[in-house]
Amino acid sequence: MTDPENPIRAAVQGAIDEHPTILFMKGTPEAPACGFSARTVAALQSLNAPFAAVDILPDPRIRQELSAISAWPTIPQLFVGGELVGGCDIVMEMYESGELAGALGVEEPADAPDAAPAGADPAPGPLGIENRLG
Amino acid sequence: MLRMPSSDELKQRIESAIPGARAEVDDLTGGGDHFQATVTSSAFAGLSRLEQHRLVYDVFGPEVGGPIHALSIKTHSSD
Repeated sequence: MTDPENPIRAAVQGAIDEHPTILFMKGTPEAPACGFSARTVAALQSLNAPFAAVDILPDPRIRQELSAISAWPTIPQLFVGGELVGGCDIVMEMYESGELAGALGVEEPADAPDAAPAGADPAPGPLGIENRLG
Repeated sequence: MLRMPSSDELKQRIESAIPGARAEVDDLTGGGDHFQATVTSSAFAGLSRLEQHRLVYDVFGPEVGGPIHALSIKTHSSD
């Protein structure tokens, strides 16, 4: 399935492999370009979960290759430990049931503190990955 | 398929594609491109939430992300 002639596929797969938690979304965490992406970012931020983010909008091939890798048709897509967790619906269900914090390996904050946990992964790459701490 | 799908059409396609499925589909915006589907089926038994949602997405293949811009899914397993 890997194609050495396909650098976008390789970059997307590399980003998934390198980042413990990575969200592929429309827009950025500061300026989400879609309500589903916005809700997913808000859920992660409310748990103070560190995550990398990739905006899929600048190049349509990012979404194409991402969906080919994940077999998941919609955006956003959240990956933890290299595995697809789900899109907005699943992330929100897990958030509401309390499962999300466990899946992300973070404590459920009693009262949203300002301090973000350490341990982000600074690795700007060809996809314009950003690291968001909270 | 460029024609805009209706929520009734999505409901019928889900129910005929997934064994024993009952679906409720709402057109979230009235624009024929943002839908929400709640699907109950015995076919979901033993599957993860991710796999359950994939079964629903698979009914529509590349239409999701195309004419069906957004398909929000909730699944329930029935006995």
